[in-house]
Amino acid sequence: MNASPYTLIIGLEVHVQLKTNTKLFCRCSTLFGQPPNTQVCPVCLGLPGALPVLNRRAIELAVRTGLALQCDIAPFTKWDRKNYFYPDLPKGYQTSQFDLPICSRGFLDIRDSKGAFEPKRVRLIRAHLEEDAGKSMHDESQGKADSRIDLNRAGTPLLEIVTEPDIRSPQEAKVFLTDLRLLLLYLDVSDCNMQEGSLRADANVNLHIPVDGKMVATPITEIKNLNSFRAVERALVYESARQYDQWKRDGIALGGRPKQTRGWDDAQGVTILQREKEESSDYRYFPCPDLVPVTLSKSELDSAKETLGELPAAIRARLVTQYDLKEYDSDVIVSQGRELVEYFEQAVVAGAPPKRASSWIQQDILRLLNERQQSLTDLGFSAVRLAELTKAIESGSIDTTRGKEIFARMLEDKNLTVAAAIEALGIKSVGDDELMELCRQLLAENQKAVSEYKGGNAKALGALIGQAKKKNPNADPRRVQELCKQILDSSS
Amino acid sequence: MSISSTDIQRVAHLARLQLSETELESYSVQMKAIVEFVDQLQGVDTSGVEPMVHAIELTNVLADDQVRNGLSREQALANSPDHDEECFRVPAVLG
Amino acid sequence: MDWCATSAAELSRQLSNRAISAVELAKYFLNRISLLDPKVQAFISVSEELTLKQAAEVDKLRMSGESLGPLAGVPVAVKDLLCTTDLPTTCGSKFGKGYMSPYDATVVTSMRRSHMPWLGKTNLDEFAMGGSTETSFYGITRNPWDLQRTPGGSSGGSAACLAAGLAPLSLGTDTGGSIRQPAAFCGVSGFKPTYGRISRYGLVAFASSLDQIGPMAHTVEDLALAMDVLAGHDHRDSTSLPHEKPAFAASLLEPRKSFRVGVVREQIEDAGLDSEIRQAVEKTLEVLKDCGAEICEVSLPHSKVWVPTYYVIAPCEASSNLSRFDGAHFGFRAEATVAPKGGSADAGDSSPLVDMYCRTRSEGFGAEVKRRIMLGTYALSAGYYDAYYLKALKVRRLIRQDFDKAFEQVDLLVGPTTPTTAFRIGEKLNDPVQMYLGDLYTVGANLAGLPALSIPCGHSSSGLPIGVQFQGRPLDDCFVLQVGHKYQQAINWKPMPASVI
Repeated sequence: MNASPYTLIIGLEVHVQLKTNTKLFCRCSTLFGQPPNTQVCPVCLGLPGALPVLNRRAIELAVRTGLALQCDIAPFTKWDRKNYFYPDLPKGYQTSQFDLPICSRGFLDIRDSKGAFEPKRVRLIRAHLEEDAGKSMHDESQGKADSRIDLNRAGTPLLEIVTEPDIRSPQEAKVFLTDLRLLLLYLDVSDCNMQEGSLRADANVNLHIPVDGKMVATPITEIKNLNSFRAVERALVYESARQYDQWKRDGIALGGRPKQTRGWDDAQGVTILQREKEESSDYRYFPCPDLVPVTLSKSELDSAKETLGELPAAIRARLVTQYDLKEYDSDVIVSQGRELVEYFEQAVVAGAPPKRASSWIQQDILRLLNERQQSLTDLGFSAVRLAELTKAIESGSIDTTRGKEIFARMLEDKNLTVAAAIEALGIKSVGDDELMELCRQLLAENQKAVSEYKGGNAKALGALIGQAKKKNPNADPRRVQELCKQILDSSS
Repeated sequence: MSISSTDIQRVAHLARLQLSETELESYSVQMKAIVEFVDQLQGVDTSGVEPMVHAIELTNVLADDQVRNGLSREQALANSPDHDEECFRVPAVLG
Repeated sequence: MDWCATSAAELSRQLSNRAISAVELAKYFLNRISLLDPKVQAFISVSEELTLKQAAEVDKLRMSGESLGPLAGVPVAVKDLLCTTDLPTTCGSKFGKGYMSPYDATVVTSMRRSHMPWLGKTNLDEFAMGGSTETSFYGITRNPWDLQRTPGGSSGGSAACLAAGLAPLSLGTDTGGSIRQPAAFCGVSGFKPTYGRISRYGLVAFASSLDQIGPMAHTVEDLALAMDVLAGHDHRDSTSLPHEKPAFAASLLEPRKSFRVGVVREQIEDAGLDSEIRQAVEKTLEVLKDCGAEICEVSLPHSKVWVPTYYVIAPCEASSNLSRFDGAHFGFRAEATVAPKGGSADAGDSSPLVDMYCRTRSEGFGAEVKRRIMLGTYALSAGYYDAYYLKALKVRRLIRQDFDKAFEQVDLLVGPTTPTTAFRIGEKLNDPVQMYLGDLYTVGANLAGLPALSIPCGHSSSGLPIGVQFQGRPLDDCFVLQVGHKYQQAINWKPMPASVI
């Protein structure tokens, strides 16, 4: 990589929709994709007289997340109102947490298994709970510019995770989000579905440019509407170049211009100025008098800690040490989620050789799941079956090619064991005596290959495998080569 | 602290109120009087005193995460000044 | 029979003896309303059909031998700040014109369960912001004792309808004295319970941390009967007290033999206190002595800053609570103009939407509500939060601590409810600070969350009612009512309709 003329400084704000059945302050369903304004009640519509009551599960999930991110969990946390007018915010304020967030500090260690950057720790400033807004849609169908408002989403619990500006490249940002998402999935606290908006990221970006031995910082922009990991990466690449160009043209440094909010336009691949806030919006935060504080005891936190389960970083390391997998392979399995890790380990317990099971999973099972857009359960190939199959291959009783045929057969008929599939395919193990006879014939019929071999070309025998398979489809190619060599070497 | 008419304008806009000239004048006078009146608070020594948000101090009032029926869409939209068959309608968010 | 000067307790006895039917009673009061309310203007909406239907159901249940609660069939008037599904909830504001709540307030549900028919929704200062019931979009309510005077407020309609004999029982709400001050001005009894005792669900919020619903009636016994219906934990209100609900009416039968009463020095010595009111309070103390009270003086050193504290906290909460009245999802919306005006909106922040908000809120709210929204917005805004809002919250704790100290010495605080008797309509309308000082003795109980009762204790030389206030420890609601009941028994108190009417 060329030395960059600047350092890119990135901080992320990630909104995670928590996996609750009901909203943060009322018991309306949080189901996605329902017809507009059908999951509403006086509370989330902000009707006069309605009052909020906090969802217990939202607190539990926030605590789980905070603990997994090594945060300090506040023993006392409260609710504040953030006041502003917007039609997707029916009360005229958002209930959020201002000065006493449920989680503070904490960190997430990120690394790239291909070594694109040095492993690093991204520190977190805080994570707080807040209610989501509704959805507004621009509409001109009635002959005037209107917005249509759907309040189904209004009041859905969000955990807003805010990082320190520790991220230095678009790749780091992408890996941070990928790893955060994986962690949240392992914790089972969110669906993390970016298309449905259950994971949303905003980025705060500026540049540090060395000029005459001094560091000049460019004005910070906030990029919104980043709804895929790829969008995050592309937007940051674009925005850093844009800021550098802008600075070269106007030389305006941090403080010389109000903070800009820019939206990412994925189709055009550009960030577009949305607003420039001079007054830095006076939100008039104050404690919500309708809600009471939450206290969390040490014993509650201790028992929450016990239910976290093993998390991705620990599992990655363990798969390497316990099963001697390569870091890359361990990473691939862990990134697929807890279900696949469990599948792998069940296969190993059932006797699968770990490395062979790992490569079989990566090359065959994952490929198939991808092609078929299926889940592991839908595939119907149990860990025990995988163990039988990889054991058989490892022992040499069947070869890899045969293994794939057996695998395909077993997917067709989900009741088949490996032995039954072998039987059904007419595969029989061929004894050494029979094979020896086959090899003698082969060599007799292929004098050219024999003389090449004797002339020092060890690979010449490879050409005989195809013919061997024709004579007997069950012949193990590896064993055929071995026996041929044995015959030729002893005859010289 | 005294309150200026710029303050009044700023506050009115934050509160999404549009004041007429006469209102602006009378509010300036009245707000000044009220602010002077509540400025008596500045004379109270509150060092080391914790703020008191609630009249009765409770904690951990939590509800179980179980769906309960809310309102029908018809009920939700019934009181709205403008709506179509699905949504509330408001003037465009962005002009 | 003259039902208009009859307590709810007595009506209840007559109903259960079947000496009268609920329908007869409802008709009687509806008739009085149609005759007299044009003068008093206590009601915003009355629905004869609804009241009679509800009353007929009670009679039917009683005929079928159903066991009914004591107030079944006793009609009640409801302050129009409480949500009802079968009558509009206007909040006294243009915003609420025709607003039909899709749900009932918890207290309304409780009254339905207790088979209490409602006569209608009573007038109030717009969004309960005021002490005179002059700021309602629906007109001025008049004091039945002198129609040129205000009934007090904000629950002025609920007090006036009792005083005029238009209802035997009513519901009010009290954020800074809005039950007790009009009760005092109209010569009726009104009770603000401990904060959290009655669910606020369905009460359109003015200042959430101060608002309480409470009953208004002719006698303390009636208040206790109403509390039995209204009080109790509600899972829909996070600030609802989880404590077990006491038996209010039953507790009146077992009063404490002796108790200590404190007179607040700062109140009784207040130069602004009307001397006739001082004398009436002193007379009350004499009666209480005979009831077993030991009287002493106590001090509440921060009482001088009650009103300033209140007039920071209440507007701050109100400015946020009233943000939902913006014309977007319910209620009034101003007609669109062609283009957004410059006005107070800065250029970068104007759009058809912002224009709609500003015009809707400017046209929808009355002057006093706008004043308080402005004040609250100011006190919460950047640069002023610490000096006003946070400061007021700290002073609020000092105020509570004063009460806690006083209640180490005494069981009950007794003093005037108001510094003056009912004032003339229009007298204070343009002097907000003078109007606010009318809450001088009442806001303390809201800031500290205490139960507080106002009951009549005499009349001025010009014939206007005077109220005395009893304040108790938090959760000591029953005791406060017990003493009030004991006092009314001792003076042989009889409900009295206003002399003018």
